Amino acid sequence: MDQTGTVGKKKVRARNLILHVHPPKVRKTSIRFTLTFGLGGMAAILFILQVFTGILLRFSYVPSPNEAYDSILSITNTLLFGSLVKNVHHWSGIFFVLVTFLHLLRTFYTGAFYWERRWNWVIGICLMVIVMFSNFTGYLLPWDQLAYWAVTVSTSMLYYIPGIGESLTGLVRGGEEVGGNTLLIFYNFHTAILPLSIVLLMAFHFWRVRKNKGVVVSKDADETLVPADPDLVLKELVVALCLIAFVLLISIFFDAPLQERANPAYSPNPAKAPWYFMGIQELLLHFHPFFAAVLIPVLFLFGMFLLPFLKFKEQHEGIWFFNQKGRKLALIAAITAIVIVPAGILINEYFLDFEGWMKNIPPVISNGLIPFIIIGVILTAYFLFIKNRYKPDKSEFILFMFSFMMAGYAVLTFVGIWFRGPGMVLMWP
Amino acid sequence: MKKKQNTASINRRSFLKRSWLWLGVIAGVELTAITFSMFSPGKRTKAANSYTSVKTAGYVGNIKPGSVSPHRNGQFYLVRMNDGGFLAVSLTCTHLGCSVGFDAGKKQFICPCHSSVFSIGGDVLSPPAPRALDIYRVFIEQGQVKVDTDRKIRRKKFSKADLVYA
Repeated sequence: MDQTGTVGKKKVRARNLILHVHPPKVRKTSIRFTLTFGLGGMAAILFILQVFTGILLRFSYVPSPNEAYDSILSITNTLLFGSLVKNVHHWSGIFFVLVTFLHLLRTFYTGAFYWERRWNWVIGICLMVIVMFSNFTGYLLPWDQLAYWAVTVSTSMLYYIPGIGESLTGLVRGGEEVGGNTLLIFYNFHTAILPLSIVLLMAFHFWRVRKNKGVVVSKDADETLVPADPDLVLKELVVALCLIAFVLLISIFFDAPLQERANPAYSPNPAKAPWYFMGIQELLLHFHPFFAAVLIPVLFLFGMFLLPFLKFKEQHEGIWFFNQKGRKLALIAAITAIVIVPAGILINEYFLDFEGWMKNIPPVISNGLIPFIIIGVILTAYFLFIKNRYKPDKSEFILFMFSFMMAGYAVLTFVGIWFRGPGMVLMWP
Repeated sequence: MKKKQNTASINRRSFLKRSWLWLGVIAGVELTAITFSMFSPGKRTKAANSYTSVKTAGYVGNIKPGSVSPHRNGQFYLVRMNDGGFLAVSLTCTHLGCSVGFDAGKKQFICPCHSSVFSIGGDVLSPPAPRALDIYRVFIEQGQVKVDTDRKIRRKKFSKADLVYA
Protein backbone atom coordinates (compact mmCIF):
# COMPACT_ATOMS: atom_id res chain seq x y z
CA MET A 1 0.00 0.00 0.00
CA ASP A 2 2.80 2.37 -0.76
CA GLN A 3 0.86 4.60 -3.15
CA THR A 4 -2.46 4.78 -1.32
CA GLY A 5 -2.55 8.47 -1.97
CA THR A 6 -2.60 8.04 -5.73
CA VAL A 7 -4.91 5.05 -6.17
CA GLY A 8 -8.66 5.47 -6.29
CA LYS A 9 -11.15 4.43 -3.65
CA LYS A 10 -12.38 1.45 -5.66
CA LYS A 11 -8.91 0.06 -5.97
CA VAL A 12 -8.38 0.33 -2.24
CA ARG A 13 -11.59 -1.61 -1.67
CA ALA A 14 -10.51 -4.31 -4.10
CA ARG A 15 -7.18 -4.54 -2.31
CA ASN A 16 -8.92 -4.84 1.01
CA LEU A 17 -10.90 -7.74 -0.36
CA ILE A 18 -7.73 -9.45 -1.55
CA LEU A 19 -6.30 -9.05 1.94
CA HIS A 20 -9.08 -11.29 3.23
CA VAL A 21 -7.35 -14.16 1.49
CA HIS A 22 -3.73 -13.08 1.14
CA PRO A 23 -1.35 -11.39 3.55
CA PRO A 24 0.00 -8.00 2.37
CA LYS A 25 3.42 -9.50 1.70
CA VAL A 26 4.45 -13.02 0.74
CA ARG A 27 7.82 -14.76 0.42
CA LYS A 28 9.16 -14.62 -3.09
CA THR A 29 10.10 -18.32 -3.08
CA SER A 30 6.57 -19.32 -2.09
CA ILE A 31 4.94 -17.92 -5.24
CA ARG A 32 7.20 -19.73 -7.69
CA PHE A 33 4.79 -21.43 -10.12
CA THR A 34 6.70 -24.73 -10.23
CA LEU A 35 6.49 -25.09 -6.45
CA THR A 36 2.70 -25.51 -6.37
CA PHE A 37 1.59 -25.31 -10.02
CA GLY A 38 -1.33 -23.30 -8.68
CA LEU A 39 -3.27 -26.52 -8.13
CA GLY A 40 -5.09 -25.47 -4.96
CA GLY A 41 -6.20 -22.23 -6.59
CA MET A 42 -7.32 -24.15 -9.67
CA ALA A 43 -9.46 -26.42 -7.49
CA ALA A 44 -11.10 -23.32 -5.99
CA ILE A 45 -11.77 -21.86 -9.47
CA LEU A 46 -13.24 -25.16 -10.65
CA PHE A 47 -15.48 -25.25 -7.58
CA ILE A 48 -16.79 -21.78 -8.42
CA LEU A 49 -17.45 -22.91 -12.00
CA GLN A 50 -19.33 -25.91 -10.63
CA VAL A 51 -21.47 -23.77 -8.37
CA PHE A 52 -22.40 -21.32 -11.13
CA THR A 53 -23.22 -23.90 -13.78
CA GLY A 54 -24.86 -26.13 -11.17
CA ILE A 55 -27.24 -23.38 -10.06
CA LEU A 56 -28.17 -22.71 -13.70
CA LEU A 57 -28.84 -26.41 -14.32
CA ARG A 58 -30.96 -26.63 -11.19
CA PHE A 59 -33.52 -24.35 -12.85
CA SER A 60 -34.27 -27.02 -15.47
CA TYR A 61 -33.38 -30.34 -13.92
CA VAL A 62 -36.12 -32.52 -12.38
CA PRO A 63 -34.89 -35.17 -9.92
CA SER A 64 -37.37 -37.96 -10.61
CA PRO A 65 -36.84 -41.19 -12.58
CA ASN A 66 -39.62 -40.34 -15.03
CA GLU A 67 -38.49 -36.82 -15.80
CA ALA A 68 -34.76 -36.61 -15.12
CA TYR A 69 -33.65 -37.98 -18.48
CA ASP A 70 -36.10 -35.80 -20.41
CA SER A 71 -35.05 -32.71 -18.51
CA ILE A 72 -31.43 -33.42 -19.47
CA LEU A 73 -32.53 -33.78 -23.10
CA SER A 74 -34.39 -30.50 -22.96
CA ILE A 75 -31.42 -28.74 -21.36
CA THR A 76 -29.22 -30.08 -24.15
CA ASN A 77 -31.55 -29.50 -27.07
CA THR A 78 -33.88 -26.61 -26.34
CA LEU A 79 -32.21 -24.34 -23.81
CA LEU A 80 -30.12 -21.46 -25.15
CA PHE A 81 -26.51 -22.44 -24.41
CA GLY A 82 -27.92 -25.29 -22.27
CA SER A 83 -25.56 -27.78 -23.83
CA LEU A 84 -22.55 -25.56 -23.13
CA VAL A 85 -23.52 -25.01 -19.50
CA LYS A 86 -24.04 -28.74 -19.05
CA ASN A 87 -20.70 -29.50 -20.69
CA VAL A 88 -18.87 -26.97 -18.52
CA HIS A 89 -20.44 -28.59 -15.45
CA HIS A 90 -19.43 -32.04 -16.67
CA TRP A 91 -15.85 -31.21 -17.57
CA SER A 92 -15.11 -28.93 -14.64
CA GLY A 93 -16.46 -31.74 -12.43
CA ILE A 94 -13.96 -34.18 -13.90
CA PHE A 95 -11.11 -31.66 -13.70
CA PHE A 96 -12.11 -30.85 -10.13
CA VAL A 97 -11.48 -34.46 -9.08
CA LEU A 98 -8.28 -34.59 -11.11
CA VAL A 99 -6.88 -31.25 -9.87
CA THR A 100 -7.77 -32.01 -6.24
CA PHE A 101 -5.92 -35.30 -6.57
CA LEU A 102 -2.88 -33.62 -8.17
CA HIS A 103 -2.98 -31.04 -5.39
CA LEU A 104 -2.81 -33.90 -2.90
CA LEU A 105 0.21 -35.33 -4.73
CA ARG A 106 1.82 -31.88 -4.73
CA THR A 107 1.39 -31.40 -0.98
CA PHE A 108 2.78 -34.86 -0.35
CA TYR A 109 5.81 -34.63 -2.62
CA THR A 110 6.79 -31.15 -1.41
CA GLY A 111 6.55 -32.31 2.20
CA ALA A 112 3.63 -30.13 3.25
CA PHE A 113 2.20 -32.74 5.62
CA TYR A 114 4.46 -32.52 8.67
CA TRP A 115 3.26 -31.81 12.21
CA GLU A 116 2.68 -28.02 11.88
CA ARG A 117 0.47 -28.61 8.86
CA ARG A 118 -1.20 -31.77 10.17
CA TRP A 119 -4.73 -30.36 10.37
CA ASN A 120 -4.59 -28.89 6.93
CA TRP A 121 -3.47 -32.25 5.61
CA VAL A 122 -6.44 -33.93 7.36
CA ILE A 123 -8.89 -31.30 6.06
CA GLY A 124 -7.40 -31.74 2.62
CA ILE A 125 -8.01 -35.50 2.66
CA CYS A 126 -11.60 -34.86 3.81
CA LEU A 127 -12.04 -32.39 0.95
CA MET A 128 -10.63 -34.90 -1.53
CA VAL A 129 -13.15 -37.52 -0.37
CA ILE A 130 -16.04 -35.02 -0.50
CA VAL A 131 -15.03 -33.89 -3.99
CA MET A 132 -15.09 -37.50 -5.16
CA PHE A 133 -18.50 -38.03 -3.62
CA SER A 134 -19.77 -34.79 -5.15
CA ASN A 135 -18.80 -36.09 -8.55
CA PHE A 136 -20.18 -39.53 -7.77
CA THR A 137 -23.60 -38.25 -6.62
CA GLY A 138 -23.76 -36.08 -9.74
CA TYR A 139 -22.99 -39.14 -11.84
CA LEU A 140 -26.47 -40.58 -11.21
CA LEU A 141 -28.46 -37.47 -12.07
CA PRO A 142 -28.66 -37.81 -15.91
CA TRP A 143 -30.45 -41.12 -15.26
CA ASP A 144 -29.06 -42.82 -18.35
CA GLN A 145 -27.71 -46.37 -18.58
CA LEU A 146 -24.17 -45.21 -17.75
CA ALA A 147 -25.35 -43.41 -14.61
CA TYR A 148 -27.71 -46.12 -13.41
CA TRP A 149 -25.32 -49.02 -13.65
CA ALA A 150 -22.23 -47.20 -12.47
CA VAL A 151 -24.13 -46.25 -9.32
CA THR A 152 -25.61 -49.75 -8.93
CA VAL A 153 -22.16 -51.33 -9.12
CA SER A 154 -20.53 -48.75 -6.85
CA THR A 155 -23.21 -48.82 -4.14
CA SER A 156 -23.17 -52.62 -4.19
CA MET A 157 -19.59 -52.41 -2.95
CA LEU A 158 -20.99 -51.13 0.38
CA TYR A 159 -22.75 -54.48 0.72
CA TYR A 160 -19.48 -56.13 1.66
CA ILE A 161 -18.81 -54.03 4.75
CA PRO A 162 -19.23 -56.61 7.52
CA GLY A 163 -22.22 -56.16 9.82
CA ILE A 164 -23.65 -52.88 8.57
CA GLY A 165 -23.21 -53.45 4.83
CA GLU A 166 -26.75 -54.47 4.03
CA SER A 167 -28.48 -51.70 6.00
CA LEU A 168 -25.98 -49.11 4.78
CA THR A 169 -26.65 -50.03 1.15
CA GLY A 170 -30.37 -49.71 1.85
CA LEU A 171 -29.85 -46.33 3.49
CA VAL A 172 -27.74 -44.97 0.64
CA ARG A 173 -30.18 -46.22 -1.98
CA GLY A 174 -33.32 -45.41 -0.01
CA GLY A 175 -34.57 -48.91 -0.82
CA GLU A 176 -33.41 -52.25 -2.11
CA GLU A 177 -32.57 -51.13 -5.62
CA VAL A 178 -31.36 -47.90 -7.21
CA GLY A 179 -34.56 -45.98 -7.94
CA GLY A 180 -36.46 -42.76 -7.37
CA ASN A 181 -35.42 -42.50 -3.73
CA THR A 182 -31.78 -42.97 -4.64
CA LEU A 183 -32.08 -40.16 -7.16
CA LEU A 184 -33.64 -37.85 -4.59
CA ILE A 185 -31.00 -38.66 -1.97
CA PHE A 186 -28.14 -38.20 -4.44
CA TYR A 187 -29.64 -34.95 -5.73
CA ASN A 188 -29.88 -33.56 -2.23
CA PHE A 189 -26.31 -34.50 -1.39
CA HIS A 190 -25.05 -33.27 -4.73
CA THR A 191 -26.73 -29.87 -4.67
CA ALA A 192 -26.89 -29.03 -0.98
CA ILE A 193 -25.00 -31.06 1.61
CA LEU A 194 -21.73 -31.69 -0.20
CA PRO A 195 -21.23 -28.22 -1.74
CA LEU A 196 -21.99 -26.67 1.64
CA SER A 197 -19.43 -28.91 3.31
CA ILE A 198 -16.91 -27.97 0.65
CA VAL A 199 -17.48 -24.25 1.27
CA LEU A 200 -16.98 -24.66 5.02
CA LEU A 201 -13.93 -26.90 4.77
CA MET A 202 -12.42 -24.78 2.01
CA ALA A 203 -12.61 -21.68 4.20
CA PHE A 204 -10.92 -23.66 6.99
CA HIS A 205 -8.32 -24.95 4.51
CA PHE A 206 -7.41 -21.42 3.33
CA TRP A 207 -7.27 -20.07 6.86
CA ARG A 208 -4.90 -22.86 7.91
CA VAL A 209 -2.52 -21.90 5.07
CA ARG A 210 -2.44 -18.34 6.46
CA LYS A 211 -1.82 -19.72 9.96
CA ASN A 212 1.14 -21.70 8.61
CA LYS A 213 2.54 -18.48 7.10
CA GLY A 214 1.82 -19.42 3.49
CA VAL A 215 2.55 -22.49 1.41
CA VAL A 216 5.43 -24.77 2.25
CA VAL A 217 8.96 -23.57 1.35
CA SER A 218 12.34 -25.08 2.10
CA LYS A 219 14.00 -24.03 5.34
CA ASP A 220 17.04 -22.40 3.79
CA ALA A 221 15.05 -20.53 1.14
CA ASP A 222 15.51 -16.88 0.33
CA GLU A 223 13.60 -14.69 2.80
CA THR A 224 12.82 -11.83 0.40
CA LEU A 225 9.25 -10.54 0.66
CA VAL A 226 7.17 -9.20 -2.21
CA PRO A 227 3.73 -7.55 -2.12
CA ALA A 228 0.96 -10.13 -2.64
CA ASP A 229 -0.81 -7.59 -4.81
CA PRO A 230 0.24 -7.53 -7.63
CA ASP A 231 2.98 -10.22 -7.58
CA LEU A 232 0.87 -13.14 -6.42
CA VAL A 233 -2.57 -11.92 -7.50
CA LEU A 234 -1.44 -11.43 -11.08
CA LYS A 235 -0.13 -14.99 -11.25
CA GLU A 236 -3.39 -16.31 -9.82
CA LEU A 237 -5.38 -14.32 -12.34
CA VAL A 238 -3.35 -15.76 -15.22
CA VAL A 239 -3.83 -19.32 -13.96
CA ALA A 240 -7.57 -18.76 -13.42
CA LEU A 241 -8.13 -17.28 -16.87
CA CYS A 242 -6.10 -19.97 -18.63
CA LEU A 243 -8.02 -22.66 -16.74
CA ILE A 244 -11.43 -21.17 -17.54
CA ALA A 245 -10.45 -20.77 -21.20
CA PHE A 246 -9.31 -24.39 -21.27
CA VAL A 247 -12.54 -25.69 -19.70
CA LEU A 248 -14.60 -23.62 -22.15
CA LEU A 249 -12.65 -24.92 -25.14
CA ILE A 250 -13.05 -28.54 -24.06
CA SER A 251 -16.77 -27.94 -23.39
CA ILE A 252 -17.30 -26.44 -26.84
CA PHE A 253 -15.71 -29.37 -28.66
CA PHE A 254 -16.57 -32.36 -26.47
CA ASP A 255 -20.09 -33.14 -25.32
CA ALA A 256 -20.83 -34.76 -21.98
CA PRO A 257 -21.81 -38.37 -22.72
CA LEU A 258 -25.45 -39.34 -22.52
CA GLN A 259 -26.48 -42.92 -23.17
CA GLU A 260 -29.97 -44.37 -23.44
CA ARG A 261 -32.53 -43.86 -20.71
CA ALA A 262 -31.83 -45.96 -17.58
CA ASN A 263 -33.29 -49.45 -17.77
CA PRO A 264 -33.07 -51.46 -14.54
CA ALA A 265 -33.64 -54.74 -16.40
CA TYR A 266 -30.67 -54.56 -18.81
CA SER A 267 -27.09 -53.96 -17.81
CA PRO A 268 -25.02 -52.62 -20.68
CA ASN A 269 -22.00 -54.73 -21.49
CA PRO A 270 -19.52 -53.76 -20.12
CA ALA A 271 -20.96 -51.78 -17.17
CA LYS A 272 -18.20 -49.70 -15.65
CA ALA A 273 -17.87 -47.56 -12.53
CA PRO A 274 -16.94 -43.85 -12.78
CA TRP A 275 -13.35 -43.44 -13.96
CA TYR A 276 -11.91 -42.49 -10.56
CA PHE A 277 -13.29 -45.74 -9.09
CA MET A 278 -11.96 -47.74 -12.02
CA GLY A 279 -8.87 -48.79 -10.08
CA ILE A 280 -11.11 -50.28 -7.41
CA GLN A 281 -13.23 -51.94 -10.09
CA GLU A 282 -10.08 -53.51 -11.52
CA LEU A 283 -9.16 -54.78 -8.06
CA LEU A 284 -12.67 -56.26 -7.82
CA LEU A 285 -11.90 -58.50 -10.76
CA HIS A 286 -9.03 -60.03 -8.82
CA PHE A 287 -10.08 -60.00 -5.17
CA HIS A 288 -13.16 -60.79 -3.13
CA PRO A 289 -15.15 -57.53 -2.80
CA PHE A 290 -14.47 -57.25 0.93
CA PHE A 291 -10.76 -56.87 0.23
CA ALA A 292 -10.96 -54.91 -3.02
CA ALA A 293 -13.71 -52.44 -2.17
CA VAL A 294 -13.61 -52.20 1.63
CA LEU A 295 -10.37 -53.24 3.32
CA ILE A 296 -7.79 -51.87 0.86
CA PRO A 297 -9.41 -48.39 0.44
CA VAL A 298 -10.09 -48.09 4.18
CA LEU A 299 -6.52 -49.05 5.08
CA PHE A 300 -5.19 -46.56 2.54
CA LEU A 301 -7.38 -43.71 3.84
CA PHE A 302 -6.43 -44.57 7.41
CA GLY A 303 -2.75 -44.40 6.48
CA MET A 304 -3.26 -41.04 4.82
CA PHE A 305 -4.93 -39.61 7.93
CA LEU A 306 -2.23 -41.06 10.15
CA LEU A 307 0.72 -39.74 8.10
CA PRO A 308 1.23 -36.28 9.71
CA PHE A 309 0.94 -37.74 13.21
CA LEU A 310 3.99 -39.96 12.79
CA LYS A 311 7.24 -38.80 14.36
CA PHE A 312 9.83 -37.68 11.83
CA LYS A 313 13.41 -36.94 12.84
CA GLU A 314 14.08 -35.08 9.64
CA GLN A 315 11.57 -32.97 7.72
CA HIS A 316 12.00 -32.40 3.99
CA GLU A 317 9.92 -29.32 3.32
CA GLY A 318 9.46 -27.30 0.16
CA ILE A 319 11.58 -29.40 -2.21
CA TRP A 320 9.98 -31.66 -4.80
CA PHE A 321 10.58 -35.32 -3.91
CA PHE A 322 12.54 -34.19 -0.83
CA ASN A 323 16.07 -34.67 -2.27
CA GLN A 324 18.19 -36.63 -4.73
CA LYS A 325 17.51 -39.93 -2.96
CA GLY A 326 13.77 -39.23 -2.82
CA ARG A 327 13.72 -38.58 -6.55
CA LYS A 328 15.53 -41.84 -7.21
CA LEU A 329 13.24 -43.83 -4.90
CA ALA A 330 10.09 -42.35 -6.45
CA LEU A 331 11.34 -43.30 -9.89
CA ILE A 332 12.19 -46.86 -8.81
CA ALA A 333 8.76 -47.23 -7.15
CA ALA A 334 6.90 -45.95 -10.20
CA ILE A 335 8.82 -48.17 -12.64
CA THR A 336 8.37 -51.26 -10.44
CA ALA A 337 4.64 -50.64 -10.14
CA ILE A 338 4.29 -50.06 -13.87
CA VAL A 339 6.00 -53.41 -14.51
CA ILE A 340 4.61 -55.68 -11.80
CA VAL A 341 0.98 -54.52 -11.65
CA PRO A 342 0.24 -55.41 -15.30
CA ALA A 343 2.23 -58.62 -14.82
CA GLY A 344 0.10 -59.46 -11.78
CA ILE A 345 -3.09 -58.74 -13.71
CA LEU A 346 -2.02 -61.02 -16.55
CA ILE A 347 -0.91 -63.83 -14.23
CA ASN A 348 -4.15 -63.69 -12.28
CA GLU A 349 -6.21 -63.54 -15.46
CA TYR A 350 -4.64 -66.57 -17.13
CA PHE A 351 -2.96 -68.75 -14.51
CA LEU A 352 -4.44 -68.30 -11.06
CA ASP A 353 -7.81 -69.56 -9.94
CA PHE A 354 -7.79 -69.64 -6.15
CA GLU A 355 -11.52 -70.12 -5.95
CA GLY A 356 -11.45 -73.08 -8.35
CA TRP A 357 -8.55 -74.71 -6.52
CA MET A 358 -10.16 -74.40 -3.10
CA LYS A 359 -13.77 -75.18 -3.77
CA ASN A 360 -14.64 -76.06 -0.17
CA ILE A 361 -13.34 -72.84 1.37
CA PRO A 362 -15.56 -69.72 1.36
CA PRO A 363 -14.52 -67.25 -1.39
CA VAL A 364 -13.75 -64.50 1.13
CA ILE A 365 -10.77 -66.65 2.19
CA SER A 366 -9.80 -68.42 -1.03
CA ASN A 367 -10.20 -65.36 -3.26
CA GLY A 368 -9.60 -62.74 -0.58
CA LEU A 369 -7.43 -63.52 2.42
CA ILE A 370 -5.03 -65.92 0.70
CA PRO A 371 -4.07 -63.73 -2.30
CA PHE A 372 -4.05 -60.70 0.02
CA ILE A 373 -1.51 -62.39 2.30
CA ILE A 374 0.60 -63.60 -0.64
CA ILE A 375 0.76 -60.09 -2.13
CA GLY A 376 1.33 -58.61 1.33
CA VAL A 377 4.33 -60.90 1.90
CA ILE A 378 5.82 -60.17 -1.53
CA LEU A 379 5.43 -56.40 -1.11
CA THR A 380 6.79 -56.41 2.44
CA ALA A 381 9.85 -58.34 1.27
CA TYR A 382 10.35 -55.91 -1.59
CA PHE A 383 9.94 -52.86 0.65
CA LEU A 384 12.40 -54.29 3.18
CA PHE A 385 14.88 -54.98 0.40
CA ILE A 386 14.65 -51.34 -0.71
CA LYS A 387 14.99 -50.21 2.89
CA ASN A 388 18.18 -52.19 3.40
CA ARG A 389 19.68 -51.27 0.08
CA TYR A 390 19.07 -47.50 0.05
CA LYS A 391 18.82 -46.79 3.79
CA PRO A 392 16.14 -44.10 3.38
CA ASP A 393 14.97 -42.07 6.38
CA LYS A 394 11.33 -42.34 7.44
CA SER A 395 9.98 -39.67 5.07
CA GLU A 396 11.88 -41.08 2.11
CA PHE A 397 10.68 -44.60 2.84
CA ILE A 398 7.05 -43.42 3.06
CA LEU A 399 7.59 -41.49 -0.17
CA PHE A 400 8.73 -44.73 -1.76
CA MET A 401 5.67 -46.73 -0.61
CA PHE A 402 3.29 -43.88 -1.48
CA SER A 403 4.75 -43.60 -4.97
CA PHE A 404 4.45 -47.33 -5.45
CA MET A 405 0.77 -47.32 -4.46
CA MET A 406 -0.06 -44.24 -6.52
CA ALA A 407 1.62 -45.60 -9.65
CA GLY A 408 -0.06 -48.97 -9.03
CA TYR A 409 -3.48 -47.39 -8.71
CA ALA A 410 -2.86 -45.33 -11.84
CA VAL A 411 -2.01 -48.51 -13.76
CA LEU A 412 -5.15 -50.25 -12.46
CA THR A 413 -7.20 -47.24 -13.54
CA PHE A 414 -5.70 -47.22 -17.04
CA VAL A 415 -6.31 -50.95 -17.43
CA GLY A 416 -9.87 -50.57 -16.20
CA ILE A 417 -10.69 -47.70 -18.54
CA TRP A 418 -8.97 -48.78 -21.74
CA PHE A 419 -8.12 -52.47 -21.57
CA ARG A 420 -11.41 -53.98 -20.44
CA GLY A 421 -13.98 -54.85 -23.08
CA PRO A 422 -17.38 -56.59 -23.06
CA GLY A 423 -17.62 -59.13 -20.24
CA MET A 424 -14.64 -57.34 -18.66
CA VAL A 425 -12.16 -59.46 -20.60
CA LEU A 426 -8.72 -58.03 -21.29
CA MET A 427 -8.40 -56.53 -24.74
CA TRP A 428 -6.54 -53.85 -26.68
CA PRO A 429 -8.29 -50.46 -26.68
CA MET B 1 -26.27 -21.46 58.56
CA LYS B 2 -25.01 -19.18 55.86
CA LYS B 3 -22.62 -21.79 54.60
CA LYS B 4 -25.35 -24.39 54.28
CA GLN B 5 -27.53 -22.02 52.29
CA ASN B 6 -24.64 -21.42 49.97
CA THR B 7 -24.05 -25.05 49.19
CA ALA B 8 -27.78 -25.57 48.69
CA SER B 9 -27.96 -22.78 46.11
CA ILE B 10 -24.92 -24.15 44.30
CA ASN B 11 -26.53 -27.57 44.26
CA ARG B 12 -29.66 -26.19 42.76
CA ARG B 13 -27.65 -24.34 40.18
CA SER B 14 -25.58 -27.37 39.28
CA PHE B 15 -28.75 -29.46 39.17
CA LEU B 16 -30.30 -27.02 36.68
CA LYS B 17 -27.10 -26.94 34.67
CA ARG B 18 -27.06 -30.70 34.51
CA SER B 19 -30.73 -30.78 33.53
CA TRP B 20 -30.04 -28.43 30.66
CA LEU B 21 -27.17 -30.62 29.56
CA TRP B 22 -29.30 -33.78 29.65
CA LEU B 23 -32.17 -32.05 27.87
CA GLY B 24 -29.65 -31.02 25.24
CA VAL B 25 -28.45 -34.61 24.86
CA ILE B 26 -32.04 -35.90 24.53
CA ALA B 27 -32.83 -33.20 21.98
CA GLY B 28 -29.69 -34.15 20.08
CA VAL B 29 -30.66 -37.83 20.02
CA GLU B 30 -34.17 -36.99 18.85
CA LEU B 31 -32.82 -34.74 16.11
CA THR B 32 -30.44 -37.43 14.93
CA ALA B 33 -33.23 -40.03 14.89
CA ILE B 34 -35.52 -37.73 12.92
CA THR B 35 -32.74 -36.84 10.51
CA PHE B 36 -31.97 -40.50 9.86
CA SER B 37 -35.61 -41.40 9.36
CA MET B 38 -35.82 -38.59 6.82
CA PHE B 39 -32.75 -40.02 5.11
CA SER B 40 -34.52 -43.26 4.25
CA PRO B 41 -37.65 -42.40 2.27
CA GLY B 42 -37.72 -45.99 0.98
CA LYS B 43 -39.91 -47.49 3.68
CA ARG B 44 -43.04 -45.48 2.94
CA THR B 45 -43.14 -46.01 -0.81
CA LYS B 46 -42.42 -49.70 -0.48
CA ALA B 47 -45.45 -50.26 1.78
CA ALA B 48 -47.63 -48.31 -0.62
CA ASN B 49 -46.58 -50.42 -3.60
CA SER B 50 -46.66 -53.84 -1.98
CA TYR B 51 -49.95 -54.88 -3.56
CA THR B 52 -48.27 -55.14 -6.96
CA SER B 53 -45.57 -57.48 -5.73
CA VAL B 54 -47.21 -60.76 -6.87
CA LYS B 55 -46.58 -61.37 -10.56
CA THR B 56 -48.33 -63.99 -12.68
CA ALA B 57 -45.82 -65.86 -14.82
CA GLY B 58 -48.27 -67.95 -16.87
CA TYR B 59 -50.22 -71.25 -16.89
CA VAL B 60 -48.36 -74.33 -15.72
CA GLY B 61 -49.23 -76.17 -18.94
CA ASN B 62 -47.75 -73.47 -21.16
CA ILE B 63 -44.32 -73.55 -19.58
CA LYS B 64 -42.13 -76.34 -20.97
CA PRO B 65 -39.77 -78.29 -18.71
CA GLY B 66 -36.17 -77.23 -19.27
CA SER B 67 -37.14 -73.67 -20.23
CA VAL B 68 -36.03 -70.29 -18.96
CA SER B 69 -38.17 -67.21 -19.59
CA PRO B 70 -37.30 -63.65 -18.62
CA HIS B 71 -39.79 -61.50 -16.68
CA ARG B 72 -37.94 -58.23 -16.77
CA ASN B 73 -40.70 -56.15 -15.19
CA GLY B 74 -40.61 -58.39 -12.13
CA GLN B 75 -36.81 -58.61 -12.24
CA PHE B 76 -36.69 -62.43 -12.38
CA TYR B 77 -36.24 -65.38 -14.71
CA LEU B 78 -38.82 -68.14 -14.41
CA VAL B 79 -36.92 -71.43 -14.67
CA ARG B 80 -38.64 -74.78 -15.15
CA MET B 81 -36.23 -77.60 -14.53
CA ASN B 82 -36.30 -80.78 -16.61
CA ASP B 83 -38.13 -82.57 -13.78
CA GLY B 84 -40.92 -79.95 -13.88
CA GLY B 85 -39.90 -77.96 -10.78
CA PHE B 86 -40.33 -74.17 -10.88
CA LEU B 87 -37.80 -71.62 -9.69
CA ALA B 88 -37.91 -67.80 -9.87
CA VAL B 89 -34.29 -66.63 -10.11
CA SER B 90 -33.52 -62.96 -9.47
CA LEU B 91 -31.90 -60.96 -12.27
CA THR B 92 -29.56 -59.27 -9.84
CA CYS B 93 -26.02 -60.59 -9.78
CA THR B 94 -24.88 -61.38 -6.22
CA HIS B 95 -21.50 -59.80 -6.86
CA LEU B 96 -22.29 -56.12 -7.47
CA GLY B 97 -25.89 -55.92 -8.57
CA CYS B 98 -25.81 -55.90 -12.37
CA SER B 99 -28.60 -57.67 -14.29
CA VAL B 100 -27.51 -61.10 -15.50
CA GLY B 101 -28.29 -62.15 -19.06
CA PHE B 102 -29.28 -65.64 -20.19
CA ASP B 103 -27.20 -67.54 -22.72
CA ALA B 104 -29.70 -69.94 -24.27
CA GLY B 105 -27.00 -71.97 -26.04
CA LYS B 106 -24.93 -72.75 -22.96
CA LYS B 107 -27.92 -72.67 -20.59
CA GLN B 108 -26.12 -70.27 -18.27
CA PHE B 109 -26.70 -66.87 -16.70
CA ILE B 110 -23.82 -64.51 -17.43
CA CYS B 111 -23.20 -61.18 -15.71
CA PRO B 112 -22.00 -58.45 -18.10
CA CYS B 113 -20.21 -56.47 -15.40
CA HIS B 114 -17.60 -58.81 -13.98
CA SER B 115 -18.36 -61.96 -15.99
CA SER B 116 -19.70 -64.19 -13.22
CA VAL B 117 -21.40 -67.30 -14.61
CA PHE B 118 -24.36 -69.10 -13.02
CA SER B 119 -26.14 -72.38 -13.80
CA ILE B 120 -29.88 -72.31 -14.50
CA GLY B 121 -30.43 -73.29 -10.85
CA GLY B 122 -28.48 -70.15 -9.91
CA ASP B 123 -25.28 -71.83 -8.68
CA VAL B 124 -22.00 -70.03 -9.25
CA LEU B 125 -20.06 -71.71 -12.06
CA SER B 126 -17.42 -69.00 -12.33
CA PRO B 127 -16.55 -66.24 -9.80
CA PRO B 128 -16.26 -63.39 -8.74
CA ALA B 129 -19.88 -63.82 -7.53
CA PRO B 130 -19.68 -65.11 -3.95
CA ARG B 131 -23.02 -66.98 -3.75
CA ALA B 132 -25.88 -68.35 -5.82
CA LEU B 133 -28.45 -66.00 -7.37
CA ASP B 134 -31.27 -64.99 -5.04
CA ILE B 135 -34.72 -66.47 -5.61
CA TYR B 136 -38.30 -65.32 -5.11
CA ARG B 137 -41.13 -67.35 -3.59
CA VAL B 138 -43.08 -69.27 -6.23
CA PHE B 139 -46.59 -70.62 -5.68
CA ILE B 140 -49.20 -72.25 -7.88
CA GLU B 141 -52.73 -70.83 -7.78
CA GLN B 142 -55.57 -72.11 -9.99
CA GLY B 143 -53.14 -73.63 -12.47
CA GLN B 144 -51.12 -70.42 -12.75
CA VAL B 145 -47.52 -69.91 -11.67
CA LYS B 146 -47.23 -66.85 -9.43
CA VAL B 147 -44.13 -65.17 -8.07
CA ASP B 148 -44.01 -62.95 -5.01
CA THR B 149 -41.38 -60.32 -5.82
CA ASP B 150 -41.75 -58.54 -2.51
CA ARG B 151 -38.79 -60.20 -0.84
CA LYS B 152 -35.65 -61.84 -2.17
CA ILE B 153 -34.59 -65.10 -0.60
CA ARG B 154 -30.82 -65.32 -0.14
CA ARG B 155 -29.04 -68.66 -0.33
CA LYS B 156 -25.51 -69.99 -0.59
CA LYS B 157 -26.17 -72.79 -3.03
CA PHE B 158 -29.00 -74.22 -5.08
CA SER B 159 -30.88 -77.05 -3.38
CA LYS B 160 -33.73 -79.28 -4.51
CA ALA B 161 -35.88 -77.75 -1.76
CA ASP B 162 -35.94 -74.45 -3.68
CA LEU B 163 -38.07 -76.02 -6.41
CA VAL B 164 -41.86 -75.78 -6.43
CA TYR B 165 -43.95 -78.44 -8.20
CA ALA B 166 -47.38 -78.06 -9.72
